[in-house]
Amino acid sequence: MNTLRFNLNGTWVEESTVPPTTTLLRYLRDVRRMSGTKEGCAEGDCGACTVAVAEFGPDGRATWRAVNSCLVLLPMLQGKHVVTVEALKDTEEDAYHPAQVAMAKALGSQCGYCTPGIVMAMFEATYRDDLKAPWQLDDQLCGNLCRCTGYRPIREAASTIAGCRPDDRFALTLPTLKPQSMRFRREGDGVLFATPTTFDELWGLLETHPDARFVVGGTDLSLEITKRFQVPPKLISLEGLHELHTLRTGPVHHLGCAVTIAELEAWAEAHLKPLHRMVRYFGARQIKHRGTIGGNLCTASPIGDLAPALIGLGAAAMLRSRVGERRVPLEAFFVGYRKTALQPGEILAAVEVPALSATTRAASYKVSKRRELDISAVSAGLLVEVDAKNVVTAARLAFGGMAATPKRASHAEAALLGNPWTEATVENAANALAQDFTPLSDHRGSAPYRSLVAANLLRGFFDETRDVPQPVLAPGHAATVLTAEEVRHG
Amino acid sequence: MAEPTPSSAKSTAPATAKGAPEGPVTPLHQPLLHESGLKHTSGEAKYVDDLPAPHGLLVAQVVTSPVAHARIRRLDTVAPLTVPGVVAVFSANDVPGTNDVGPVIHDEELFAHDTVRYLGQSIALVVGESYEACRRGVAAVKLELEPLPGIVTLDEAIAKGSFLSKDHFLRRGDAAAALAKAPVRFQGEVRTGGQDHFYLETQCTLAIPEEGPSVRLVSSTQHPSEVQTIVSQVLGWGRHQIVVEVPRMGGGFGGKETQAAPYAAMAALAAVRTGRPVKVWLNRDQDMMWTGKRHPFLTRFDVGFTIDGQLLALDAELFADGGFSTDLSRAILDRALFHIDNTYFLPDVSVRGHVAKTNLPSNTAFRGFGGPQGMAVIEDIMSRAAERLQLDPVELRRKNFYGPAPRNLTPFWQEVKDARTERLWAELLASSDYAARRRQVDAFNASHRHAKRGLAITPVKFGISFTTSFLNQAGAFVVVYADGSVQLNHGGTEMGQGLHTKMLAIAAHELGLGPERIRVMTTATDKVPNTSATAASSGSDLNGFAVKQACETVRERLRPVAARLLGVPADTASGILFAGGRVFLGSRPELALPFEKVTQEAYLAQVSLSATGYYRTPDIHFDKATGRGKPFHYFAYGAAVCEVEVSGLTGEHRLRRVDILHDVGASLVPTIDRGQVEGGFLQGWGWLTVEEVRFDDKGFLRTHSPDTYKIPAFGDAPVDFRVALLENAAQDATIHGSKAVGEPPLMLALSAVAALRDAVAGFGPRGREVRLSMPCTPEAVLFAVEAARAP
Repeated sequence: MNTLRFNLNGTWVEESTVPPTTTLLRYLRDVRRMSGTKEGCAEGDCGACTVAVAEFGPDGRATWRAVNSCLVLLPMLQGKHVVTVEALKDTEEDAYHPAQVAMAKALGSQCGYCTPGIVMAMFEATYRDDLKAPWQLDDQLCGNLCRCTGYRPIREAASTIAGCRPDDRFALTLPTLKPQSMRFRREGDGVLFATPTTFDELWGLLETHPDARFVVGGTDLSLEITKRFQVPPKLISLEGLHELHTLRTGPVHHLGCAVTIAELEAWAEAHLKPLHRMVRYFGARQIKHRGTIGGNLCTASPIGDLAPALIGLGAAAMLRSRVGERRVPLEAFFVGYRKTALQPGEILAAVEVPALSATTRAASYKVSKRRELDISAVSAGLLVEVDAKNVVTAARLAFGGMAATPKRASHAEAALLGNPWTEATVENAANALAQDFTPLSDHRGSAPYRSLVAANLLRGFFDETRDVPQPVLAPGHAATVLTAEEVRHG
Repeated sequence: MAEPTPSSAKSTAPATAKGAPEGPVTPLHQPLLHESGLKHTSGEAKYVDDLPAPHGLLVAQVVTSPVAHARIRRLDTVAPLTVPGVVAVFSANDVPGTNDVGPVIHDEELFAHDTVRYLGQSIALVVGESYEACRRGVAAVKLELEPLPGIVTLDEAIAKGSFLSKDHFLRRGDAAAALAKAPVRFQGEVRTGGQDHFYLETQCTLAIPEEGPSVRLVSSTQHPSEVQTIVSQVLGWGRHQIVVEVPRMGGGFGGKETQAAPYAAMAALAAVRTGRPVKVWLNRDQDMMWTGKRHPFLTRFDVGFTIDGQLLALDAELFADGGFSTDLSRAILDRALFHIDNTYFLPDVSVRGHVAKTNLPSNTAFRGFGGPQGMAVIEDIMSRAAERLQLDPVELRRKNFYGPAPRNLTPFWQEVKDARTERLWAELLASSDYAARRRQVDAFNASHRHAKRGLAITPVKFGISFTTSFLNQAGAFVVVYADGSVQLNHGGTEMGQGLHTKMLAIAAHELGLGPERIRVMTTATDKVPNTSATAASSGSDLNGFAVKQACETVRERLRPVAARLLGVPADTASGILFAGGRVFLGSRPELALPFEKVTQEAYLAQVSLSATGYYRTPDIHFDKATGRGKPFHYFAYGAAVCEVEVSGLTGEHRLRRVDILHDVGASLVPTIDRGQVEGGFLQGWGWLTVEEVRFDDKGFLRTHSPDTYKIPAFGDAPVDFRVALLENAAQDATIHGSKAVGEPPLMLALSAVAALRDAVAGFGPRGREVRLSMPCTPEAVLFAVEAARAP
């Protein structure tokens, strides 16, 4: 239990002295002397360090998933199978993997430094059985930056191998895998890394180590190690608690805190379209595979893309401790700049979201400098109920990037409530946003830009929901807010 | 374009039943794969940081200035030595030679001695057993600074008269008089922003002390000879004591032309002084904060037109932000001036330029080297003129192209010969279906309120040669072994651009071998000395001729040997062909000999099988005192059509379709050239739209990682991307009729700005100038839309 154990390229490795806060990337390069996996940024923004990990889906089947090795701490691999670029070539047969051949044939590499990571992202695509639309290829590869090629040849290479599912050793391994316990604990000298697998163990740990911090996917927390070189002394991973991975559909949807963004995306596409819109551009696929609902909410970022989307949808936070569970409206969960309502000994166990009626107008938006893999300048979750007489009976307008916390726009909501759902009313509400927010200027956007965009999102929301109450993103769409044409064809 | 073939795979079967070669026996002008392509995909391709650690390797961390400008009152480098794992600390006093790394002007210290001039400037180097130990060592350094007022914006430097270089100029005719008479005259400012190179592999050098004393460096640099020179100056050694090798770079784009040298010199110093191998590697944030970028420019212009859009006169003053030291800023400014005409004849012109001195990292070479900044000015002027005069920008631009004399003279008095813009323009307008799409765009705009599309075509003309004329030289060294296998050395470095693939094709062509028989070696200063940087798009042009000459020399030595073996008279030796790995007389192909049979025989006959090659570009010159000359061997041309869609609610846009027609002469390797065109375009689009280098008012770089600095991502590539190379376009006096391709395509992205302006104009009434600043971020575009919509 205090030994790190995972399968690397087909061989089980055990490490009892390597610090558990070592990232997989540093482990590969410094300990194993495997230099194929590159460091490009050490923050999950370039994808050069991509490797594949076998993860189990809701159906219990294992699939190769691309992740950023620079953000994965070794205990996060406990009992799992990892494949790095070194393993792809079949050295006995002297045969390259289809993803490698496709990349070379398309001249998808120039300087070649990003290439191993791109090949590993394409490796995942090779075994996916759910790649249907071209935009999914963009989504598959948007976590990999290439500075040389302009991406056209990489897209070409990816399109030739995506979903081809070769009958090779990597495919054959998958059905043989069984989920293994992630239980791990290493402690001593004021240091702790623990992955409990029962709540009793968790509560016990919290009593012994009230100063410990929580981690799940590590996509945010690992940056403290890789960018600031500050190692958190005590970490408790919630990833090993099976119950926290639950996604339940019903009159009130239950979203476990350890559900990954990728799992949420697949679920939301079927069950909660306005949320899906936010999740699609939430981040790169590598990030979506590791980032979780709980992690995103508990960082309590002023932007926090899930927060405004979920607040708009009327979500509640379910906080659990040894003594029981309490329910807090999500907007009340954020009590200040990067501060939450969590009390000592308490975790965010889940989020509950009421199901939407078919007539509810709802959408979520994320506006950033770059479409893919960027932090929002402004994000929004907007929801309006309109009765048979076209009068607004409910309005929830939540924005991120506009204040110290994700926040509802009460003045704008008031300007809508009880008034006819018309362009004039929306214009009043858009103007009322000035009373709700005084945003900051920074490198993601100036205050005037943020204010204008927030108002425009409301205007666009009115336009978008004229004919379709919950419009979905069209493939290859041009901007965050859809044109009428895109809504019709969506 | 045919299916590419691996440059490492066997070439087409050399002979038919009759023995005569058939098909593409030469890889030249063929669609080859990148010579390292498969190795890239498998992780086998090694970059400096990937090399196995030599015994006793030490690593290092640089102590840098935390402020933009200050006097150093005290620097204590003793305290870190008590930190476990720290082995040594070096600062200015430890430099045995010259404490200077300035590549041209000696105004850049290796370690700041008494004054720090930018936030991030090197002060000392902590060397230790691990990065962690070095970081603790850096924290233990005691540094007392006395803050001095700093200049952290270009505007402030201009206002305070802070300059590194002044009054570069080009002049022809009488711009002032022509402007006074111009029927239409307007003034304005054009700003272009900085750009981080964001090569995926950050700066890295490994230095290994060797006997003699001597030192061997393995460095990620575009300019190994300059690293060698600077290390020799820093150590006070002869250059013969230093060898610099470049395995390959994970991208360069100009950022490793001069700026690899300081960190390489630190590694060399530390290795020599500790007697142990030392690696200096910058992490992403350090690389972005400490090294220079593309120069931001501010240009103020005054331009005159006829009412129907004929440009009459241009007066412009350009200001480049050079940062704290000169680096290559003078030549970069010159190239901006050389490209302010782009492909337009400027009848009366006066342009002046200055390099401002600020307390920021020293800005440096970046693909285009000032050319894009100059070209952006004239393209913005053309767009603004069309907007003001309500003229078709396609026609307005065409009307101003260079033409027959006297409309063929550049502002630097070089004649534009073999101008290809008219041809490119006509062919691209037709192939992109421009006219019909113009109507479609207008129809879309008429029926959409919150989204508008824009369509534009812009040209590129880019001068090829180092404008410092003596740099236009290159060398090669080819080694043929008795078994017929070949090692090829040349002075150029591989950073992904495909130079090695092209050199391989040239050598294979000259020796009549399949590329699999030739190994391109690591670039090394002890194989080919006194080289120029792999820069200015010149890699293939210069090294290609040198490789050709070296291979020819060996081949010619083989001829008499082959004649003897073939049993033909010596006077027929000149008719012997080398192709498909065989050596034969054209009239007797059935008697072909394998290449290795000839080389084996040559070895036994005591014939030298290695040779050097050397090339210098003829007849180029420029006189700065008069602003006249012929700085360029030739011009490369291109044109691009861009269609964008802009959201009037958020300012976001998307490249719906891009059509490019580019002139690479007779392409050496068309697959490689296409990659350069596509990649250059998207990198240019990034500079002009999404990449924003932002410092705060203390000179701290806010955008120092990909979290905050956004380069184009996968989904930013044009939805529909059509690239063609101009056909039947062989160029005179270049290697196999080819043209340089590294930099010119970057400027094709100016078509995106023109298209964005067109889309923005669609939100308001026609006839007013669009107020769109660069980079055209969503914010810039949205405010331009607001201005266009304003009553």
